[in-house]
Amino acid sequence: MLDVEAQEPPKGKWSTPPFDPRFPNQNQTRNCYQNFLDYHRCLKTRTRRGKSTQPCEYYFRVYHSLCPSSWVESWNEQIKNGTFAGKI
Amino acid sequence: MAHAAQVGLQDATSPIMEELVIFHDHALMIIFLICFLVLYALFLTLTTKLTNTSISDAQEMETIWTILPAIILILIALPSLRILYLTDEINDPSFTIKSIGHQWYWTYEYTDYGGLIFNSYMLPPLFLEPGDLRLLDVDNRVVLPVEAPVRMMITSQDVLHSWTVPSLGLKTDAIPGRLNQTTFTATRPGVYYGQCSEICGANHSFMPIVLELIPLKIFEMGPVFTL
Ligand SMILES: [Cu+2]
Repeated sequence: MLDVEAQEPPKGKWSTPPFDPRFPNQNQTRNCYQNFLDYHRCLKTRTRRGKSTQPCEYYFRVYHSLCPSSWVESWNEQIKNGTFAGKI
Repeated sequence: MAHAAQVGLQDATSPIMEELVIFHDHALMIIFLICFLVLYALFLTLTTKLTNTSISDAQEMETIWTILPAIILILIALPSLRILYLTDEINDPSFTIKSIGHQWYWTYEYTDYGGLIFNSYMLPPLFLEPGDLRLLDVDNRVVLPVEAPVRMMITSQDVLHSWTVPSLGLKTDAIPGRLNQTTFTATRPGVYYGQCSEICGANHSFMPIVLELIPLKIFEMGPVFTL
């Protein structure tokens, strides 16, 4: 797992997820979920191959910006308990 | 904000709301024209002593009063659709904040910005200071910059709510399990009020929304906590 502190954007620098053409609608539930999944998939494959997990930071920032923190908390809880429904 | 005996919409604070105000006036003018035309026709037919003996088979008039309303409807529908799609437009936002509805308060998350998370409760009437607005002021306002595209992510933790700021032309349902996105660009600083707009239980009327819009320069200085 990456250090969360290191992934926070530097102060004064504004970085928010740009428009994503996969999710052009008002409903952004999938955008949040997909980026959460992508982050964990990225972490998994890159650690397995013994590569740096730094590029996964992008997904982290996107889902961190978009998802309500309560959702992220409950998903993390599910991952810990092995009950997460998504395929990572 | 709205005030007593207000006629019409609140002053616009975003380009979308300007459009909506203009569209409202446009539609209202058409309604006035129709109303006066109908009233005038009624007045004429009720006060005349003459009797129309050829009331059927007026093909020409039939054609006109079928086509004319169709044209009027198109004149309303086209600008309406234009604004509908403008509202959906997402210009690369420079800032994302989240608003989560609860029974009966709003939670705001500035995760782009140092992870600030706070609740926004209505000030109870007993705690009001002179000048505070009853049932409208909150303990923690949402502070946002003007002249910067802001993306709001709106959801709910329990039942349906609706996050609304009339002077920005915003109204987005907060739905549990679904994340709704809306964007706005405010044009002038100030304090703007809204109220939950989806009946959500006993205290539905007591979970207002207060936006404090400040210049970007000052916003970038970061939060200042005062007691
Ligand atoms: Cu509500």
